[in-house]
Amino acid sequence: MGIESAFGEGYVTTTVDALANWARKNSVWPMPMGLSCCGIELMAFAGPRYDVSRFGSEVFRFSPRQADLLLVAGTCTYKMSKVVRKIWDQMPDPKWCIAMGACASTGGMFRSYPVAQGIDEFLPVDVYVPGCPPRPDAVLNALMQIQEKINQHSVLMDK
Amino acid sequence: MPSFDETLSRLQTELAGRILKTDLHRGETTLFLDKKDLVSVCQTLKSGYGFNFLADVLGTDRFTDDDRYEVVYHLRNFSESGFLRLVVRVDEADLTVDSVCGVWKTANWEEREVFDMYGIRFNNHPDLRRMYMPQDFAYHPLRKEFPLIGIEGSIPLPAKE
Ligand code: SF4
Repeated sequence: MGIESAFGEGYVTTTVDALANWARKNSVWPMPMGLSCCGIELMAFAGPRYDVSRFGSEVFRFSPRQADLLLVAGTCTYKMSKVVRKIWDQMPDPKWCIAMGACASTGGMFRSYPVAQGIDEFLPVDVYVPGCPPRPDAVLNALMQIQEKINQHSVLMDK
Repeated sequence: MPSFDETLSRLQTELAGRILKTDLHRGETTLFLDKKDLVSVCQTLKSGYGFNFLADVLGTDRFTDDDRYEVVYHLRNFSESGFLRLVVRVDEADLTVDSVCGVWKTANWEEREVFDMYGIRFNNHPDLRRMYMPQDFAYHPLRKEFPLIGIEGSIPLPAKE
């Protein structure tokens, strides 16, 4: 496209980056994929006590087309994996993904035939949150790591 | 109030010819039946002894050479607070049992679950599809020989790109 071929990583792109990243990282709209018990802790993460709106992410989008962050919270079965993948594919770029809890990260205690052993088998995960369930502050920390990652983002990386 | 113990002894006398074995454990009665008698016994229990609710249908894999599988029925009699368990044994050579959907409609999904998990087919079932696993899944996961972690590649995951 235009700017990057004309300027490369010059003044214009870095300035656009700084502005776009500032806006993006302070309005990460999550798509809550609450699949089981971790979904409850996800609600606490959004609720008044931990209050994710301090970080600009209080707008939970139940439409993947309006979301920037897929928050997979819970046990993902093989049957559900197709749905999760479909939702991820519907999200517009740039997008990020958090695997919340032991189940989403590795299958957790469900080392058994119906449960996918980690959503990273079919999704590119940015941040893993350990715990069963993780405390809401751990999820806040994951969100802040996503914000740091967004800070490294450049318009040159956009598809 | 009529006592459930009376009902139990009444039905045991009436059905005596069709009961293979009776088991009493912690106040719960279990009747072992031949699978050809199952539906007729269930009809009698529902119409004559007030067993108006089929609480559960489950399977077990005993991993024995003969009569390997069991199908277990949990019945409730609400008016007398009664509980009765029926067991039929199924041999590997003929993995079929008659469906009790005609007696209690709730058997529909329960029998589908047993079919899904053990591969026991229910004759005259209105809609015998798998309950939990994908329709094209090739195994029956609660059979003892099925590995706990599943069989790799038997359920495809979406591509990661
Ligand atoms: S990690 Fe623990 S709390 Fe979270 S979904 Fe799995 S079992 Fe539930």
